[in-house]
Amino acid sequence: MKSKWLSGPYVIWMVLFTLIPLGIVFYFAFTDGTGQFTLANIQRLGAYLPILLRSAWMSIFSSILCLLIGYPVAYCMSKASPTRQKIYYMLIMLPMCLSFLLRTMAWVSLLEDTGIINNFLRSLGLSPLPLIRNTGAVILGMVYNYLPFMIMPLYTVLIKIDHRLIEAAQDLGCNQVQVFTKVILPLSVPGIVSGITMVFVPAVSTFYISQKLGSPGAVLIGDVIESQFKGAYNPNLGAAMSLILMALIFLCVGLMNHFSGTDDEEGVATL
Amino acid sequence: MMKRIVTLALCALLAAVSLPLPASAAPGGTINVYNWGQYISDGTDGSLDVIAAFEEETGIKVNYVTFDSNETMYTKLKTGGSSYDVIIPSDYMVGRLIAEDMLEPLNFDNIPNYQYVDESFRNTAYDPDNLYSVPYTWGTVGLIYNSKYVDNVTGWSSLWDPQYAGKILMFDNCRDAFAIAELRLGYSINSSDPAEYQEAANLLQQQKPYVQQYVMDQIFSKMEREEAWLAPYYAGDYLTMVEENPDLSFCLPEEGFNMFIDAMCIPKGCTNKEGAEAFINFLCDPEISGRNMDYLGYSTPISAAKEYMDPEVANDPVAYPDAETLSRGSSFLALPTESTQLMDSLWLTVKTAGGNTSFYLWSSAAVLILVVGLLTIAKIRKKRRIARRGCSRRPDNL
Amino acid sequence: MKRFNKIFTFLVFLFLYIPMILLVVSSFNQGTDMAVWKGFTFSQYGELFRDRSLLRLLGNSVLVAVLSSLIATILGTMAALGIHAMRGRMRRIVLGVTNIPLTNPEIVTGVALALLFAFAGTMLKINSILGFWTLLIAHVTFNLPYVILSVMPKLVQMDPDLAEAAQDLGCTPFQAFTKVVIHEILPGIVSGALMAFTMSLDDFVISYFVTGSDFVTLPVEIYNYTKKPIQPKIYALFALMFGVILLLMVAMNLLQLRDLKRRRTKLTQRREPSR
Repeated sequence: MKSKWLSGPYVIWMVLFTLIPLGIVFYFAFTDGTGQFTLANIQRLGAYLPILLRSAWMSIFSSILCLLIGYPVAYCMSKASPTRQKIYYMLIMLPMCLSFLLRTMAWVSLLEDTGIINNFLRSLGLSPLPLIRNTGAVILGMVYNYLPFMIMPLYTVLIKIDHRLIEAAQDLGCNQVQVFTKVILPLSVPGIVSGITMVFVPAVSTFYISQKLGSPGAVLIGDVIESQFKGAYNPNLGAAMSLILMALIFLCVGLMNHFSGTDDEEGVATL
Repeated sequence: MMKRIVTLALCALLAAVSLPLPASAAPGGTINVYNWGQYISDGTDGSLDVIAAFEEETGIKVNYVTFDSNETMYTKLKTGGSSYDVIIPSDYMVGRLIAEDMLEPLNFDNIPNYQYVDESFRNTAYDPDNLYSVPYTWGTVGLIYNSKYVDNVTGWSSLWDPQYAGKILMFDNCRDAFAIAELRLGYSINSSDPAEYQEAANLLQQQKPYVQQYVMDQIFSKMEREEAWLAPYYAGDYLTMVEENPDLSFCLPEEGFNMFIDAMCIPKGCTNKEGAEAFINFLCDPEISGRNMDYLGYSTPISAAKEYMDPEVANDPVAYPDAETLSRGSSFLALPTESTQLMDSLWLTVKTAGGNTSFYLWSSAAVLILVVGLLTIAKIRKKRRIARRGCSRRPDNL
Repeated sequence: MKRFNKIFTFLVFLFLYIPMILLVVSSFNQGTDMAVWKGFTFSQYGELFRDRSLLRLLGNSVLVAVLSSLIATILGTMAALGIHAMRGRMRRIVLGVTNIPLTNPEIVTGVALALLFAFAGTMLKINSILGFWTLLIAHVTFNLPYVILSVMPKLVQMDPDLAEAAQDLGCTPFQAFTKVVIHEILPGIVSGALMAFTMSLDDFVISYFVTGSDFVTLPVEIYNYTKKPIQPKIYALFALMFGVILLLMVAMNLLQLRDLKRRRTKLTQRREPSR
């Protein structure tokens, strides 16, 4: 089929602006400041492994939380009238258009010890809560920021589920819970996979959220990589770290695709 | 539907294009100025719009762009691909740029206003021969504290006081944080001795349980709102904060403190050197400098500028401490690369230590083993199933 | 159960909008601190409109976002069609490469792209190559995966016989595409384009490294506000953008609604004579 060649411009584009820069990252990871070949950057990575794993765990947790929160919302959206659906769709897209930095800062002023929520609690005579500078706050920041990326693919998958299948299941004697677990949930797996990927991947490499909402020790791998370029000026180590991060992401995404049974072509396609 | 979207997109595009884009031709040419974000008086709240005034006076068009730290600016210069005519980095970065031969020597004939720059800001340690830089602002790093909750502050040791645990802020920047620890230990802030670094790191480690957060710009709202009581920061910014919360006080610690100078330089590869020198000259004009500092709150290296400033600030001992106090201050110099990298990795250990690192390692290992186990089981099962069916048909996917 | 679901959805939307409402409210606050209310004022908007550079930066951001999402949508849809026709290893490789821009931390992508552009600049003997065009290329690059990942599922879901049927009925392959295929995958294209637009409008890390001195976008400038607390006129800008985008979306919706109604009335009119 000729339409294969339609992706020609895209392939050329990606070779030029993705693969060559990736090559530059590889070059940096295996050289030192003077351009000599070295494995020192890779050897130093061991020390950063706990941070890497910590970031991975936190983003996995956030993705699951996003799924648990996003699924009912997407389901509710898909059941609404077409006009309502459009409105919901817009309301989900709108936050993504506006500055992520400012929105995170707004969370800081909400959650601080002398912030809006705690001041409100104090005015009610209640004792203030420790809302900020803990792991929970970072997770909240991640969920807040990436939730739309979960809802969108779930919604697109849920609206195209054939209603006749659900009716058939009901006719065959399934109750509501069974209809959900046996029909709707399996059919929405591609959306779940796609949503988790779109949340997990950017969440692992985030750096701003933990700086603003995390505790003093809450450093994520994204922060460390950023500081290699900004504080220490060691782009070689930073490049090595980002390679490892990339490997970890590909591993996680690959595993998820495998377990969801959508590996091979369709798995990546719906990703 | 599609048509609508395309029309809408085109409308938005037209609207965007019709917005004023940078004019390409200006009589005096164009200069690219690269400065810290929000680091020039820009006309907000009735202040002087310095760039507009410069453009009007000289006919030179200014492209003004900003950076968020000395290091990002350095990365950008190093990468190449863009040219700047004036940059305004801090002292140690100027030293580094000079050492790496990235700056153009200035032609002081084109900067007559240099005569106003105070003697004490000439022949600085980072530019000993006075060839490459003209100071823009200077200031001290001291201890800001809330006198309502904290008293008897004389030195950095208050930042280690357990009774203020959870109310202490610290620099989120390894150079500044290490400097405070080094000053407490009586070492030079420009030391490159690994043993001294280790000691400083240990001291910062001791401090960590009392630290509320490592921050930079958030310091303003946190101190003003009394979310935190103690923080090291710049004198000029203290003056901004005290307007919002009069309980705040400032102290220049007895152990010594860091004094910074941000200086204007011309990087190699600039395209309009005369224009750049005209800009530097303009900013050294006492009136311009005075009104600019009024907005910035930092101190001016040009004494004559004080005439044009708010007298309250010009005579404020926080902004302009006496010579005896200033003698305790010291400036950052460029450190060797190995030292910065060592400092950064020590800083990272300070920040991450105490966390449950082994927990993450073990749990990850456990999950990995589990996953590999499940994978092999799944594979074996699949093989058996296929064998049982006696055909090589692929099991149906979803 | 249904009521619970509705309440839950409402709460989630509240969660998404609380910080934005706070920012909009802050734009009318006299103080700089979002958490302290100091009285109502419109003066932040005055400051905003006096600041010509800030408005220009916003214009730059919109320009890049519109152009890059447009290019990425066209290129990405073509790519998705091509990938859909591929099989086996080829397909897996291309899809794998598609994921790369998503997985690299932005600062690494930014620096790597900047190095590439600078190298191209020395090759082409252009002194300051970084600027509008490099920014546009970078934005298209990180927008492309979002478009492809939105269009692909729709293509997979589409009945492959549909295009063939159209061709059997006398359409050329091109006609089959414009008359049949595009209608089937349109929702994917639209959501891909929208996602690309939003990603591009709010990017600051990559943009920072690939842009030069004559073309800067708004998020980059806001990110560099580290010396001083954020000026409240930025909140005013935020509120304004919030309002404009909301209005645009509502307008789009109303237009669609009118379309729908018109089509319905046409349908009923057509039916009536036959009755």
